[in-house]
Amino acid sequence: MATTESEQMAYIAAQAADARVNVEVETNEGMTLNLGPQHPATHGTLRIVAKLDGEKVVAAEPIMGYMHRGYEKLTEVRTYPQVTTLINRIDWLGSFANEVPFILAAEQLMEVEAPPRAQWIRTVLFELSRIANISLFLGDMAVQVGATTPVFYAFRDREFVLNQIERVTGGRFHPNFDRIGGIKDDLPKGWIEETGSVIGKMRDFCDEMEELVLGNEIFQARTRGIGVIPPNVALAYGLSGANLRGSGVDWDIRRDANVGLVYDEVDWKVWTHPDGDSFSRFWVRLQETREACNIIEQLLDGIPAGPIMAKVPLIIKVPAGEAYVATENPLGEMGFYVVSQGDLTPFRVKIRSASFSNISIAPWLLKGVFVPDIISILASLYFILGDIDR
Amino acid sequence: MGLVESGKIPKPLTKLLNMSRRYSMWVYQWGLACCAIEMGAAFASPRYDVMRLGVIPLPASPRQADFLVVSGTVTDKMAPVVRRLWEQMPDPKYVISMGSCANCGGPYWDSYSVTKGVDQIIPVDVYVPGCPPRPEALLEGIVLLQERIMNEDMAERWKGDPIVVE
Repeated sequence: MATTESEQMAYIAAQAADARVNVEVETNEGMTLNLGPQHPATHGTLRIVAKLDGEKVVAAEPIMGYMHRGYEKLTEVRTYPQVTTLINRIDWLGSFANEVPFILAAEQLMEVEAPPRAQWIRTVLFELSRIANISLFLGDMAVQVGATTPVFYAFRDREFVLNQIERVTGGRFHPNFDRIGGIKDDLPKGWIEETGSVIGKMRDFCDEMEELVLGNEIFQARTRGIGVIPPNVALAYGLSGANLRGSGVDWDIRRDANVGLVYDEVDWKVWTHPDGDSFSRFWVRLQETREACNIIEQLLDGIPAGPIMAKVPLIIKVPAGEAYVATENPLGEMGFYVVSQGDLTPFRVKIRSASFSNISIAPWLLKGVFVPDIISILASLYFILGDIDR
Repeated sequence: MGLVESGKIPKPLTKLLNMSRRYSMWVYQWGLACCAIEMGAAFASPRYDVMRLGVIPLPASPRQADFLVVSGTVTDKMAPVVRRLWEQMPDPKYVISMGSCANCGGPYWDSYSVTKGVDQIIPVDVYVPGCPPRPEALLEGIVLLQERIMNEDMAERWKGDPIVVE
């Protein structure tokens, strides 16, 4: 559609006016503080509008939609193999983990099952993307409470994991590697040994973070007892992932509702923390990174031989039906509800993304805290904007 | 900058000015989506280390910045904000558009909510393709921008064509 420059400018001006209107939160007293949409503490483009009484937050409201890219509509015009390209980019830190639930849902509808080797490699890559995702959180959370060094360490050590993902999939960031009925390629030669040494490095990284951040007095003062979520509230708001386990709820989809991945084959533990504050959420994520290292190490020892693709037709038409598959992504429960009418493209895809539910607790949680705590609480909730707005 | 804009400064002085501008650039990083992480890897990781190019990340505000990296998807809701902060930057200012989304819409070329190309709202000097581009590609884009600044006749700077990294 061709538009003149004046039309474009008028449109932009209207948008700007629209953005100005909804700044005020509906309470009568106090000062309104606007955080974002461009603010380093908001992980991109989240906007928080807070009403303050002195240093205290009276009411806070996250305003989202600055990163809305229309995934659910776009999936209706993409064929099934093309959809993975898009949904890679929902949670951009752990890209591979996004593909898996969608592919599993499509496999459920087509009634095919990936061969064991493909399932194992999927699980390894799933956990590698978990490490790639959470390692950045560990550095980022420290930045939000005032320590700059850990994020440099996080970026440094994250590169090793990205390298390993790149060697298998060819994509450093967005692998687009999962296929209906299996995976695209086999593991390259020597990959298993190399990954073993990378896992060792990531263990060292976790130890480093524990010494550097967890034991730090300032970090503890900024996070202990801040942003406490009781278990019943966490469940009521539909939190998932480490936010839920940080409140002491022992629920992990990998253990309790596992579909299609091989977590039953390995010996691992679900970590919970009873406190429910910002500190406990950090602690749970740190332990989860270690646990992911354990899982990968055990899986690497026992990857079975065999084919990596099941028999699927060249042109994929998914039979009519509905399926919902959720997996425990780095951020929490990521689910795809796929409705098919027997076409090349899905009829409707509903994405249940973890961050959207996790951020919905923010108005409740930010009420009554001090201004600097907004940042540490938001950091500890750990959302990714693509995952909120989709 | 009246003297500079009228093109009245002697050549050696222009060269000196350009050289000092080239190696002391504050970059205003506009992290929007996936590319923001690759930009973070280029700016904050010891492996890529942008500071060796004479580029300083994390200015306090856009009013301090010399160039802007738009990294990621610009949505229609975000577009006025991008325009507004670009307007706040002091002249001379440059824009690097990083990633397919900022260049042309990328994988969201048919989305109803994505601005197909940030060049619709602000002038872009360097386009870095990729989805997302590797940090090396962004560094290459920065080097090309520096070359452009070096060879710039400051009076003529608005007439230049955008650079495309290949």
